[in-house]
Amino acid sequence: MIPACPLASLPRGEALRLEADPPIAVFHTEEGEILAIDDTCTHQDASLADGWLEGCEIECPLHASRFDLRTGRVDAPPAKRPVRTHQVVIEDDVIYVVPSEEEPNLPPGVTLKGQA
Amino acid sequence: MNTVCVVGASLAGLLTARALRGQGYTGRLVLVGEERHRPYDRPPLSKDFLRGAVGEADLALEGEGEELDAEWRLGVAATGLDAVARRVTLSDATSIRADGIVIATGASARTLRDSRGLAGVHTLRTLDDARALRRELGEGRRLVVIGGGFIGAEVAATACELGLEVTLVESGPAPLAGVLGAPMAEAIATLHERRGVRLVRGAYVTELTGAGRVDGVRLADGAHLPADVVVVGIGAIPNISWLEGSGLELGDGVLCDEGGGTRVPGVVAVGDCAAWFDLAQGGHHRIEHWTGARQRAAVAAATLLSGGTARPEPARPPYFWSDQFDIKIQFIGHAGHADSVTVEEGDLAGHSFLAVYRQGERPVAVLGVNQVRLFTRWRRHLETAPVQAG
Repeated sequence: MIPACPLASLPRGEALRLEADPPIAVFHTEEGEILAIDDTCTHQDASLADGWLEGCEIECPLHASRFDLRTGRVDAPPAKRPVRTHQVVIEDDVIYVVPSEEEPNLPPGVTLKGQA
Repeated sequence: MNTVCVVGASLAGLLTARALRGQGYTGRLVLVGEERHRPYDRPPLSKDFLRGAVGEADLALEGEGEELDAEWRLGVAATGLDAVARRVTLSDATSIRADGIVIATGASARTLRDSRGLAGVHTLRTLDDARALRRELGEGRRLVVIGGGFIGAEVAATACELGLEVTLVESGPAPLAGVLGAPMAEAIATLHERRGVRLVRGAYVTELTGAGRVDGVRLADGAHLPADVVVVGIGAIPNISWLEGSGLELGDGVLCDEGGGTRVPGVVAVGDCAAWFDLAQGGHHRIEHWTGARQRAAVAAATLLSGGTARPEPARPPYFWSDQFDIKIQFIGHAGHADSVTVEEGDLAGHSFLAVYRQGERPVAVLGVNQVRLFTRWRRHLETAPVQAG
């Protein structure tokens, strides 16, 4: 379990990037949900935490691919592979992320630091 | 509605087909594509694909295991439309009768009037074009790019990175000046020059020289630019000649209302071939940007399925990106509406800045250069408060 930040420091509509390997993005939706996915777009190297959060969907800031934060599913191209989702735990008003054990779908040219 | 025929199997056609299914259409769906390839993403053709950083499989637009339940007619061009009978005739002498027709035939690269069939002269629009050009971009060769629009500027940057000697010939003051306005385009021009692209501005090409194979480009002032390879990037023309005599209203594209409907019931048009009525702009405009095709696919599908009664949301201002060297250029809005432009973050020389274009006090366009996070905030601001008529 990776500590992300105190709940109070991630307001609704905001996102946070965790320097894991690969990095993880944590979102606080306008509706009050806290959701975590891989931060790197599966299409090309871009930080989804910098993207446009709308409802439960994040749009990549570079080429406008859209992903469902709950399932990781691609809602709009050019991406075609889903992003991994991670479990979020809130304990004592602190946000924690339990990283997924699945293989990440990294874009061409991006590798895990541990394998670089 | 029992049969829908989507004519054109690139981004706009595929996404409209997807949207039709997503909006509950369960009837027969036929996609016609002139190219023999499955739908693929074109923006990387001038960038990562040309550079060799991504392969053909990476370009596919369809997801793994995606099932549209459609009939694909690829490698076949539409040659005519009988709008009253709603029949599309095809280049293999067959035809398709449909209750609904989506016209998404895109655009073709404009060519120089007289390139005399010289070898070594390229346009870049399709995967086949990109394959052919890629084979020619050998290190140390001399490339002359004619036209400083998106294709020209991106190809120049990619070729420069591949080690070619690149000259970009532009008729205006700087590449992309038409969309960014001259002052901001100058910052992009400086970037190109610093990375080794030779810019020839305010120049017109009169002739391609060579016998059999191109060996240079002649300019109106008499100068001769030696070249091993030439790329012509002087815009695109909508693929609508097959619709002549069909009864559809044609101008610079198929003229449509603000929902993509044509004057013929049951026929909609979307993507680069379509000029939708834009209330904010006043008049019909073609939007050649990728994001335009994507936003409008769902609208066109709704128009078709509702018989034209669905009311589209107001159009969002056009948004595009361009990747050149290690620079991410993002732009939203209309630079032409602005009477001032100010750099609000970073500085022009540092190649990381954000500029806001205003008409009076009102922001009408924003340019981000390597300012991804901040640009997204501005884009959100402009898209959720649409540019008003003016």
